[in-house]
Amino acid sequence: MKPTPKQRIWMYEAMLKSRLFDDALFEAYWEGKKPVFHMGKGPLPGEMHQSFGQEPTAVGVCAHLGPDDAVGAGHRPHHVAIARGVNLNRMAAEVFGKKTGLSGGRGGHMHLYDTNVNFFCSGIIAEGMGPGAGIALARKMQKKPGIAVAYNGDGAVNQGAFHEVMNMAALWKLPFVCVIEDNNYAVSVTTRESTVVPAWKRAAGYNCPGEYVEGNDPDLIFEAAARAVQHARAGNGPSILEIQTERLHGHFIGDSAGYRSKDEVAGQKDPIPAYRTRLLDEKVLATPAMEALEAKVQQEVDEALKFARDSEYPAADEALERVYA
Amino acid sequence: MAQQAPGTGGSARTLTMARAGREAVIAEMRKDPNIFVIGEDIAKLGGVFGTTVGMAEEFGAQRVIDTPISETGFIGIATGAAMAGMRPVVEIAFVDFIGVCFNQIFNFAAKTHYMSGGQFKVPLTMMIGYGGGYNDAAQHSQCLIGTLAHVPGIRIVTPADAYDAKGLMHTCLRDDNLTIWMVHKAIWGLGWLGTAIKTAMATVPEEEYTIPLGQARIWREGTDVTLVGYGITVHHSLQAAEKLAAEGISAEVLDLRTIVPLDREAIMRSVSKTGRLVVADEDYLNCGVTAEVLATIAERNPKILKAPAVRVANPDIPVPFSRPMENFALPDADKIVAAAKSTLRPAAA
Repeated sequence: MKPTPKQRIWMYEAMLKSRLFDDALFEAYWEGKKPVFHMGKGPLPGEMHQSFGQEPTAVGVCAHLGPDDAVGAGHRPHHVAIARGVNLNRMAAEVFGKKTGLSGGRGGHMHLYDTNVNFFCSGIIAEGMGPGAGIALARKMQKKPGIAVAYNGDGAVNQGAFHEVMNMAALWKLPFVCVIEDNNYAVSVTTRESTVVPAWKRAAGYNCPGEYVEGNDPDLIFEAAARAVQHARAGNGPSILEIQTERLHGHFIGDSAGYRSKDEVAGQKDPIPAYRTRLLDEKVLATPAMEALEAKVQQEVDEALKFARDSEYPAADEALERVYA
Repeated sequence: MAQQAPGTGGSARTLTMARAGREAVIAEMRKDPNIFVIGEDIAKLGGVFGTTVGMAEEFGAQRVIDTPISETGFIGIATGAAMAGMRPVVEIAFVDFIGVCFNQIFNFAAKTHYMSGGQFKVPLTMMIGYGGGYNDAAQHSQCLIGTLAHVPGIRIVTPADAYDAKGLMHTCLRDDNLTIWMVHKAIWGLGWLGTAIKTAMATVPEEEYTIPLGQARIWREGTDVTLVGYGITVHHSLQAAEKLAAEGISAEVLDLRTIVPLDREAIMRSVSKTGRLVVADEDYLNCGVTAEVLATIAERNPKILKAPAVRVANPDIPVPFSRPMENFALPDADKIVAAAKSTLRPAAA
């Protein structure tokens, strides 16, 4: 199943939104952190894992999802959250630690939650697998439509949670898709250095489909994701969709990634300009329409950042609220 | 006098804690199709400690789910199911096993409500067995209640008898948070751990009832010294109180009943009256529940103590296997008696 022109435009728009959002955060992140870098300083404190280069994995899968479905992302969640349709203003406000944020400033960029679109995060590697499969179990038990998708990095596949949950998801035929974003790095350790058999091949061990998508290409990811999502919706159980992607920056802002060779970095390809060119070449969009779309996305992102900056901080003692329901 | 249980009329029976607890689960499952039970050996076996006997027959394999030995996986799955509207009950037979799944408990189930700003609720109840005294050594005899109580977002109840086991289980199942219902193996009423301790058996009404969280229970009133415990140490304290009474010392026995939240007012009330305090706990001493009880008095009014308080707890050693060494590590009535007497001795000149 190939994406329609409308779906391709949506994929470009969502990738661009994620990219422009990350660009804006990157700029804001350095405020208050020069000349001496301190992660806790400035309007945007804390660790910041951005999605530069990984945008295709989010749009290619989320293009197939509807309101009944659920999505769990990892510690690098911006592209997935945006493709899933998490409220951008409240997401930006959360990243800035504001009262108007998704969680009122209790979560931050690594812990984004939005029940309106059944979205959650796991800041701990691979540990969103269980909650993801658990939502799938709930859908099955309640005989409700909807599947769950859990995003993980390539480093996650060597955590016990990955194996435990895949085994049970397959055993109980849960409507679940495990997405592995293979950006070749678990912080500084490459996939080849850490993993003897890649995740998609391990699918054989769970008697479920496994597929590897090369090229970091939204159209190819879309096609592969269609198969995985359909498999889950049909009640046939989980699958593993491993997607080759690129981490264009360090693990977090401040990681100069000195463990990568210059040649390797120079050889990295940015998927967004390439997709833009393709859409223009294939006349999916004409240049004026493309530019109008880009201006609209830029405006949305600008508004989200303005909303975040203009919002109040929570009162300090709001920290005491919401520990218990 | 011990607190009188309501509804102990014609419908009441004497039950073990295991039976009383599962009666509550079954009653709630009959009413709410969103409740399901998940864990190891709970369907065909009925739970290692008999907590789920009869449930698979009544509710079927869809709602009483035997899992592989994958605690991280199934606690994570239960957490996700709870986020999506189910109300899972998870059994972990031995609290020692939280070592392999603690991340899902303290980073997910306990924090999701907070980190999501209250958007996602996690109404999940865990049934966990704890404690030693039967030579199962350091990896199957721990309490780890202090470990769990240290983490915000978890409610912990520790019933000491069958009446509380049932009432507190109903409370947990109706709560919208992660609740942990913990029973000491020696009072659960297991055939393979000898005769059930009589004071842990109780008259239990057939009707449903809840017990409020954070409400301690006075098992025995006294005037000279307060013996604070929970779970098994309530029974040690009751035996100690008998022995002390024979020597003319009047001990009050206070059962904390729920560790989180803790009934600090009840502690203050009792110690204000007696002026002396012994806290008994089978868990590790360091940074444990006993320290929290003492801190309550230190913060609120240390002047109520007429003598230094004494803690009887595991002396910060892994629970040893060999009988004399294990007995050395565990609290018992004699240790509590000795501690109580030490609070009554005049201070050295």
